[in-house]
Amino acid sequence: MKKFTVAASFLMVFLAFFACNSNKTLPFYGQREAKITTDKEGKQQIDTIYQTIPNFSFLNQDSTYITQDTFKGKIYIADFFFTSCSTICPTMHRNLSTVYKAYQNNADVMFLSHTIDFKYDKPNVLKKYAQKLGIDTKKWQFVYGSKDSVYKMAERDYLVAVQEDSTAKDGYIHQGWLVLIDKKKRIRGAYDGTKTDQVAQLEKDISVLLKEKE
Amino acid sequence: MINRNILVGSIFLSAILSFIYGCQNQGQIEQAKYTSNGKDLYGVNCQNCHGANGEGLGDLVPPLTDTLFLKQHKTELACIIKNGISKPLVINGKTYDSKMPGLGHLEDIDIAQIITYITNNFGNKQGAYPYQKVAIDLKNCN
Repeated sequence: MKKFTVAASFLMVFLAFFACNSNKTLPFYGQREAKITTDKEGKQQIDTIYQTIPNFSFLNQDSTYITQDTFKGKIYIADFFFTSCSTICPTMHRNLSTVYKAYQNNADVMFLSHTIDFKYDKPNVLKKYAQKLGIDTKKWQFVYGSKDSVYKMAERDYLVAVQEDSTAKDGYIHQGWLVLIDKKKRIRGAYDGTKTDQVAQLEKDISVLLKEKE
Repeated sequence: MINRNILVGSIFLSAILSFIYGCQNQGQIEQAKYTSNGKDLYGVNCQNCHGANGEGLGDLVPPLTDTLFLKQHKTELACIIKNGISKPLVINGKTYDSKMPGLGHLEDIDIAQIITYITNNFGNKQGAYPYQKVAIDLKNCN
């Protein structure tokens, strides 16, 4: 009987250890396809190919073109906003600022905000906005692109709906997702930037993603 | 006889006191109503930019915690809320020059309730702002 108790308690400790250690991995979003590859020995393997963010070229707040090279080997959080937006954007960026502050000293984390106001939000407007938000734009980039390029990228690649709408209060409507992109340009999370609990989850998920082995 | 006088006197006194307190309570109820409606209206119309605690947003949006500013500009608050403002403001010693959009759809009573909420929260305690004042203040917008 005593042996049994000892064994049982060992088992419980063992289980508890693994329960705490269970490695949480983040899901993959978007389209995926299976690719069958054959290795040198003629063995067939199935690889899953996940949706990735294609290359882009946008003008940033310093009127410099930035591409994916800027985010090479980093994870980043992307969103869509505009500077004159008085609805959800200030809340999104107030919340995202807290995430920015939490990872301010981690060089592996970056931020990328796309404006959807192609008429007014030229680079100098974005620069002023970033300064007033109190952001270091080396870490948090604000980019401007043609309506076509930004809107297509939002819907097709980041899965965020954006639209010009003359009946809307500020002229545009858009979703407030903060999209988490991993080092291989795959979508690993989307969080409602207007909800503090979801933004807190984003903050936690970033650290999970940082620990992920490549 | 003396006892009777004391009795009548104390009844009289308590009647007066209850009048005073009754009136004050009526005012307090009115202000509580304003504040509670004002909180809802603030959440819908103001909170996105000014924050749940009136903290503002960086140098983009001023906080609503500058009691002195609110006091000195009390008669302009209705105009700012209704029509927006594009001239720079100095709040807590810092200049804010971003444009604030107007909320033209708000009724006088809504504006009064928002002003009551703001000027009695976030560290402010400036008492009631009746809706009749809104019409007067809006006539003098510049």
